[in-house]
Amino acid sequence: MSTHSYKKFEDTDAGLLPDKMTVFQDCIRAFNSSPVDAKKCRTLIARLLRLLYSGDTFPRQEATTLFFSISKLFQHKNSSLRQIVYLAIKELSSISDDVLMVTSSIMKDVQNGDIVYKPNAIRTLTRVLDGSTVNAAERLIKNAIVDRHPSVASAALVSSYHLLPVAKDVVKRWTNETQEAVLAVKPYPQTGEGYINDSLISQYHALGLLYSLRNHDKMALRKLIQQYSKGLRNPLAICQLIRYVNEVLQDDSSLIPALFPLLQDWLNDRNHAVNLEAIKVVVSLPVTNEQFAAAVLRLQFLLTTPKAVTRFAAVRILNRISLKNPEKIVSCNTELESLISDPNRSIATYTITTLLKTGSSDNIERLIKVISKFINDISDEFKIIIIDAVKTLSLKFPQNYQSMLTFLIDMLNDEGGFEFKNTIVEALFDLIHFVPESRDLALENLCEFIEDCEFTELTVRILNMLGNEGPKTANPSLYVRHIYNRVVLENSIIRSAAVVALSKFALIDAPLNNSIKILLKRIVNDVDDEVRDRAIISLKFLESLESAEISKNVAVELTKPTHVYDLGLLESKLQTYISGDASSFATPFDITSVPKFTEDEYRAIELKNKTAKLEVETKEDIDTSGQSGSANESLQTAELAKQQILQELSQVSEFSGYGAVLHTSSVIPLTEKEAEFVVESVKHVFKEHIVLQFNVENTLDDALLEMVSVTAQPDIEEVEEEFVLSVEKLEPHGKGTVYVSFTRPEEPSVFTTTFSNTLSFTSKECDPSTFAPFDDQGFEDEYQIEDLDITPGDFIIPSYIGNFDLAFDELTSETVGTYQMDSESLQSTVDHLIETLSLHPVEGKDVFNETSHTLKLFGKSINGDRVAVLVKMVKSAKTGITLKATVKSDSEEIAESVLNGIA
Amino acid sequence: MGNVFSGIFGKLWGVNKEIRILILGLDGAGKTTILYRLQIGEVINTKPTIGFNVETLSYKNLKLNVWDLGGQTSIRPYWRCYYANTAAVIFVVDSTDKDRIDTASKELHTMLAEEELSDAALLVFANKQDVAGALTAAEVSKALNLSDLKDRSWSIVASSAIKGEGLTEGLDWLIDVIKDEQL
Ligand SMILES: Nc1nc2c(ncn2[C@@H]2O[C@H](COP(=O)(O)OP(=O)(O)OP(=O)(O)O)[C@@H](O)[C@H]2O)c(=O)[nH]1
Ligand SMILES: [Mg+2]
Repeated sequence: MSTHSYKKFEDTDAGLLPDKMTVFQDCIRAFNSSPVDAKKCRTLIARLLRLLYSGDTFPRQEATTLFFSISKLFQHKNSSLRQIVYLAIKELSSISDDVLMVTSSIMKDVQNGDIVYKPNAIRTLTRVLDGSTVNAAERLIKNAIVDRHPSVASAALVSSYHLLPVAKDVVKRWTNETQEAVLAVKPYPQTGEGYINDSLISQYHALGLLYSLRNHDKMALRKLIQQYSKGLRNPLAICQLIRYVNEVLQDDSSLIPALFPLLQDWLNDRNHAVNLEAIKVVVSLPVTNEQFAAAVLRLQFLLTTPKAVTRFAAVRILNRISLKNPEKIVSCNTELESLISDPNRSIATYTITTLLKTGSSDNIERLIKVISKFINDISDEFKIIIIDAVKTLSLKFPQNYQSMLTFLIDMLNDEGGFEFKNTIVEALFDLIHFVPESRDLALENLCEFIEDCEFTELTVRILNMLGNEGPKTANPSLYVRHIYNRVVLENSIIRSAAVVALSKFALIDAPLNNSIKILLKRIVNDVDDEVRDRAIISLKFLESLESAEISKNVAVELTKPTHVYDLGLLESKLQTYISGDASSFATPFDITSVPKFTEDEYRAIELKNKTAKLEVETKEDIDTSGQSGSANESLQTAELAKQQILQELSQVSEFSGYGAVLHTSSVIPLTEKEAEFVVESVKHVFKEHIVLQFNVENTLDDALLEMVSVTAQPDIEEVEEEFVLSVEKLEPHGKGTVYVSFTRPEEPSVFTTTFSNTLSFTSKECDPSTFAPFDDQGFEDEYQIEDLDITPGDFIIPSYIGNFDLAFDELTSETVGTYQMDSESLQSTVDHLIETLSLHPVEGKDVFNETSHTLKLFGKSINGDRVAVLVKMVKSAKTGITLKATVKSDSEEIAESVLNGIA
Repeated sequence: MGNVFSGIFGKLWGVNKEIRILILGLDGAGKTTILYRLQIGEVINTKPTIGFNVETLSYKNLKLNVWDLGGQTSIRPYWRCYYANTAAVIFVVDSTDKDRIDTASKELHTMLAEEELSDAALLVFANKQDVAGALTAAEVSKALNLSDLKDRSWSIVASSAIKGEGLTEGLDWLIDVIKDEQL
């Protein structure tokens, strides 16, 4: 026989999908023929499935035709045909009509079919059942759940899970059977045909089902944990249970002492997956240091196991911990260091980034050396991860910037693609911004780099950086030379950028001014229009400056702007603007609608975003619900929500004469989320006014609210109510905004007060669908909501400062206070202070040591007075948390009120 | 004589040839009961059929492919999906259900009007004869207007699925007709 053979029904030309129409017609013909050829039908269904599994689909009518012809195959008893028939029906069930027609046939197989296809029958059954037929199948599924065969039980359990949305009340009735299945040990029957591993996976399925039947009841969840904490044997089931423990503990950390012994057992379990799951939970909870150490100890062991996947998971957890609490995992450093040379590159890279974070100022230098040797062997992709880690490190240990700067510069001069080089340049930019000491050296090296840089884009960015930062350095003429070199040697895009950068040096002093003008005059002869234009504009600008046509201030603002726009928002607003029709261009784009920040404010926001991003990511990792959006997104939505609030505020004509909003608070809830009327508040501070915004939501189905208003009563006399903008009508589930405007006193410019608030309205019963009121009268009603405090933080904007200590020494007004705090931990005290004082945490945002801690905060009042706060706190078992705060500011009033805000 | 014939037909049709028979009728008429009484010779506990049951019966050396379709109102529209290549229809009537005998008649005639069934033989079981007060076969025949049927072999047999009476008698007639017509 020839070795070249062709089997008609076994197309092996992999990758190529069979033709849809051919498959359809072949199927219909074969399934309707008499007698049925089982083998041929099986092959055809396999092709059909291949189409469906690869995402192809059929129009409803064709799918239904297919379904009916497949249903005819039930006449054939061949069990391997039956098996695949079930797979096909399961797929078709969602795209075909009338699938209930196979219900009886499937139920018969579930009752006494061959074990080969019985589990398939069960899984398919739940796809064809609906609310009207599920009762007929109830007893069958119940029996299957307690079936001795693990495949049957698993199929029934998983299928019940799919039935939940169809008929939860019915599934609830087999809770007892499910409970029984959780701990049941169902080995595979011996077939004599080889060894089947008894995974006991049905325990996992049963536990999952039981959980979905009960998850809305916290007590039931705790009972479930109690009941199954011992005796589960399937590792997945144990992991699942650990997640439930996590859910309970995240919700109520006071239960940690009671449940920790369980976690401890799981930390010691033989199965590594179980260990890892338990570790994840322990390290994400506010556990004691010893408890945390127990988890780390196990991690340390897991780092040395032969299984790569375990080592990977372990080092990944360590990496997460290192982002927030690097000091807690220092004990793993030895094991980690030996993983640097792990044959698995992912492990090695994670290891290095972890080590970079656990590194203390004394071993960083050594680490950087190790990396320098290693980094040349790895791909750009991994290099980028490492560079990012070095960057974070340099922000954390500014005093060690020297070795990191050297490392980055070495990297910059190495071979590498654009992404790689770009990451390094970004890292250097961050260093320049946040570690002022590194600035000159970094700039000089960037100058060297652009002498020989193949990426236009990067050169342009660097030139821009040189233009902004160069004039601030001790030796600006050095940069002028480098920049001018670019004008001589490079392409026109770079030349244009160089012209702009060059011009910025002209304002420093007269000699430099003259040389720059000479250079610019030469450039005026450039062959490229853009370059020439820029040079001419710059020259004109400098000349007009000399002839005093424009003031020096304007010039400085132009060349070294003190404010930056919120670029993200600017982009989105511009996009909205240009996507309008022609008529919308009649009015020019309103740049004042985009918020501006001073450079320091902007950096504070940037740094906050950078660190907050890390935190959200860390949290997400252990989140069992798995439904949190991406970190960036949630940050952006918070910022966008704020912009939305301001946008709405700006459209209220009553406030148009108030001038700019100086400070807007975050959204503060004034009722429970479940209340009949949900109220939240936002505070806006203007130069002469304070506006309280109340967002009111009517959650009732059948009440129409009219004349919705809020009475806000301050407890000091200096603040007087001016007017209230109430909401005329709130339909069921409608939302509305009430504004209350108050005068803001000239003296004191910063004050505290408490508003007691009452919501008032006329309530009318109404039809829940049309919202038409049943009677016109209604009755007046009042609803007490929580108080709202004006705090010193409402007059302060968080701001970044590179050198806190210097500023702290400079500031003249000083107040000092010592306080006893009644909060639970130092970390919660820190969080509370940052939030209420509305200051930027320059240092000490994260508490590493629960006995003593130092926090440095900085910001500016809305009048522009700087304020720096140094907080030292200690915690002892006897006296709780004691805190000493030193507040320094340009203004005595601010210093005092900020101190008052702490208590 | 049956034995002689079956020998011949066994050869003529080979083992491959299957005879497709549908059991139709209103819900509760006794279709499923009849199918399993014929297949395993016992009265089983039935539930209303959601969809169909299909079994292969070996009857007198023939392979019968018997489809018992559910009779509930919601399922009747799908009967037609299974008409193709049908040699015979067994229509089961609950002879005690006088209220719905007209409905049964209507469904019967609609079904017989279908092109795909124009060559199919018809056997009617006037079922549940064991119940006192049940209509006789003649009365059922009249109510169903069987005498109006043209160009079709048909027969009505009084039956009781519970007692097992009339079933083989009916089936014997049917097989004879099928053999005649397919020869
Ligand atoms: N007394 C009596 N009861 C019968 C007879 N045949 C069937 N039954 C009963 O009638 C009821 C319905 O029988 P099924 O065979 O399920 O009826 P069906 O025609 O399959 O019904 P659907 O599947 O809903 O179309 C059952 O309780 C049977 O026991 C009979 O000859 N005499
Ligand atoms: Mg039935």
